Amino acid sequence: MDGKPRLQLRGVTKRFPGVLANDNVSLVVRPGEIHALLGENGAGKSTLVKMIYGVLHPDSGDILWDGEPTPIDNPRSARKLGIGMVFQHFSLFEALTVLENIALGVDAKIPQNLLEAEIRRVLDLYGLKLDPRRIVSTLSVGERQRIEIVRALLLNPKLLIMDEPTSVLTPQEVEQLFETLRKLSAQGCSILYISHKLHEIIALCETATILRAGRFVAECDPRRETSRSMAELMIGGNLKEISRTPGRAFGAEKFATRALSLPKIGDFGMALKEVSFSVRAGEILGVAGVAGNGQNELMEALSGEVASPDQMILLEGKTIGRLGPTQRRALGLSAVPEERNGHAAVADLTLALNGALTARRRMGFVTGGLLSLSLARAYAGKVISTFTVKALGPHSTAGSLSGGNLQKFIMGREILQEPSAIAVSQPTWGVDAGAAAAIRQALVDLAARGCAILVISQDLDELLELCDSLVVINLGSLSRVMKVGEASIEEIGLLMGGVHGDPQATVEMTEALQHAH
Amino acid sequence: MSLTLVIAAFLTIVNLSTPILLAATGELVVEKSGVLNLGVEGMMLSGAIAGFAVTFLCADPELADKLPWLAAAAPWLGVIAAAAAGALSSLLFGFMVLTLGANQVASGLALVIFGTGISSLIGTAFVGVAITPFDSVFPESLAAHPIGRLAFGYSPLVYFAFLMVAAAGWFLNRTRAGLVLRAVGENDLSAHSIGYSVIGVRYLSVMFGGAMAGIAGAYFSMVITPLWAERMTAGRGWIALALVVFSGWRAGRLLGGAYFFGVFMWLELFAKANGFATILPPELVKIFSFLPSQFWASMPYLMAVIVLAVMSARGRGGAEAPACLGKPFIPDA
Repeated sequence: MDGKPRLQLRGVTKRFPGVLANDNVSLVVRPGEIHALLGENGAGKSTLVKMIYGVLHPDSGDILWDGEPTPIDNPRSARKLGIGMVFQHFSLFEALTVLENIALGVDAKIPQNLLEAEIRRVLDLYGLKLDPRRIVSTLSVGERQRIEIVRALLLNPKLLIMDEPTSVLTPQEVEQLFETLRKLSAQGCSILYISHKLHEIIALCETATILRAGRFVAECDPRRETSRSMAELMIGGNLKEISRTPGRAFGAEKFATRALSLPKIGDFGMALKEVSFSVRAGEILGVAGVAGNGQNELMEALSGEVASPDQMILLEGKTIGRLGPTQRRALGLSAVPEERNGHAAVADLTLALNGALTARRRMGFVTGGLLSLSLARAYAGKVISTFTVKALGPHSTAGSLSGGNLQKFIMGREILQEPSAIAVSQPTWGVDAGAAAAIRQALVDLAARGCAILVISQDLDELLELCDSLVVINLGSLSRVMKVGEASIEEIGLLMGGVHGDPQATVEMTEALQHAH
Repeated sequence: MSLTLVIAAFLTIVNLSTPILLAATGELVVEKSGVLNLGVEGMMLSGAIAGFAVTFLCADPELADKLPWLAAAAPWLGVIAAAAAGALSSLLFGFMVLTLGANQVASGLALVIFGTGISSLIGTAFVGVAITPFDSVFPESLAAHPIGRLAFGYSPLVYFAFLMVAAAGWFLNRTRAGLVLRAVGENDLSAHSIGYSVIGVRYLSVMFGGAMAGIAGAYFSMVITPLWAERMTAGRGWIALALVVFSGWRAGRLLGGAYFFGVFMWLELFAKANGFATILPPELVKIFSFLPSQFWASMPYLMAVIVLAVMSARGRGGAEAPACLGKPFIPDA
């Protein structure tokens, strides 16, 4: 390798009205290096990357490409230099085929049959599995990401930027992605890898640049660091571990299902088959599993969005299967769905009204059919201060909050109602380390006050950290219940069953899990 | 049922289906680009009066002496004028929803009212006059034969409609420009971020839809009845909109759907002409004649409602629609 870095940033500064997004940031990426860019949400990672990809332009400072100062005017010129980018949110066209999607993103006009041959070549080269003729809407998230990767690889990039690529992937898909990235790096392609997941960075990257509040904090070798040390660099303080009272005893059964079975809805739905679980007061039960194995259906059945035969769901011994969400909330069963915007919260409404949407009954905002706005505002204010939500106040709209802050607000809105049971899906999805720790701690504290908690998550680490017991959902059925201290990762991996019982996938999954730990 | 009757029915059904097929082909392209233009009826009326007026004026006897070619080409110029009028009125809609970001449903309804009004206003000068419709483009002998009529006995616009359905299907599914158009309708933000002009693509689509609706309108005033009457498109623009949904946004299915509605439109004429008496035993005729002709006239619209209801009940009503249909495009700064 020659001495010239592939990409170098020198004193790059970018200011937005009221915010200094990047302040004198420097960064060096060498050829073939897998370089992590770390930082909490709002640390300025996205802004920095957008400048490298030509979407934004620095106010001051230089970008050097192969040692030469190179202004990058727009994404097209970035691509010309050999910079490829895979965005966190895919810009895909659902109703079109993989091939059509890629054709749309290629600058040069290549006939479709030649393009297809080229795509197949790249897929073979990196061992990626993807059918160019499939319609995107039928693909899994991991497959969709592969489209973006192939699109970037077709340009033979010298630098590939990955923006939080694993936040939506299953463990098995993550391992496949890492293999591809390692192959790329071995061929001399540099990779700039942005992520929150520190154990992934330790497993994958050779160098990490850490940003905090728009500033460069440190460059380190993640292989010589621990998750904890890097997290502390990111947040600039000590990371609090979840604290729980040792030797807690669980109370009586509070929240349970009895052979809950529901037919599948729609082409991509999953039927629930005799799902039975029991959560005692003070217990946190985790539901692990690969996405699309019935998690959404289970969540909808528990929240009351989909009614079920009455005796199949129990809250404190009462049968509630037939009740709707509002009645269940009144009885003390809260639910936090996976999708923040549009499901858990209405983006265009204020936080006060979003609070009132689920808390109005239990917190007594309604008298004689009229909603007390002052009580709703006060409640939202209390949530904001208790859970340190970064928002201007109860009058801010939900849509104006960052993902992590909105998630804290939503969790806080439910937790302050002191529910007797709560079902939560993906509580820390796309949330930065600090906020995620706060949310997990809040759940543990809630359990300590006697609430029965069910957490559905694809993040196995999160479940192992948070839960007392664990079940795995696969093809709409639950596995046996395991105590977290006693569960073996191999067994969990086998139970997850990979992609719908495909034995090969099961093996891959187990390997992936062994790698991850 | 005699052969003559069957042939006559077939000819009528094709005749009645053609304008909705033309308008629906245009609207299909518009909707594929993500724009919902409910103003089809208004654009059809603009086209109907423009086509009629231009044909009439070009065929003016005094002019015909001086410029005989003009009179000969009058119906063709009429069709071009109809397309231009439809496209122009659609530009009005396009400006509101694409440039100003106005609500598409409200703007589309406004376009219907506008088209109805302006066509009536211009039409007052043309009440009670007649125009010479198209000559057959095929030799007389072919169209004279009863079976030959089935293939060669139509207005040139009928063949144009077939051609356009095929062309639209080919364009949307086989060309790169069509791919870009579908991409814009599926995910405007992504298309924009890749670097395609969402607004530009949508303006062109809207104008194409307008031109097609204009020609569809001209079919009423120049082919079905070569006379001007206020609101002569009689709500067929709405059927065209339903037809697009019915087809699941697929060009190939437009054809079958158009004839499906055509059969019900034909039933009205058949009932009015007391056609049931000619084919059914008297006991049954009694039952049918008990139903007023308005019942038959309402059938295509009733069918449109039933079809749309059944399709959404099956949960497919929206699944095939372009994802950005009806949403205004606001690029982030």
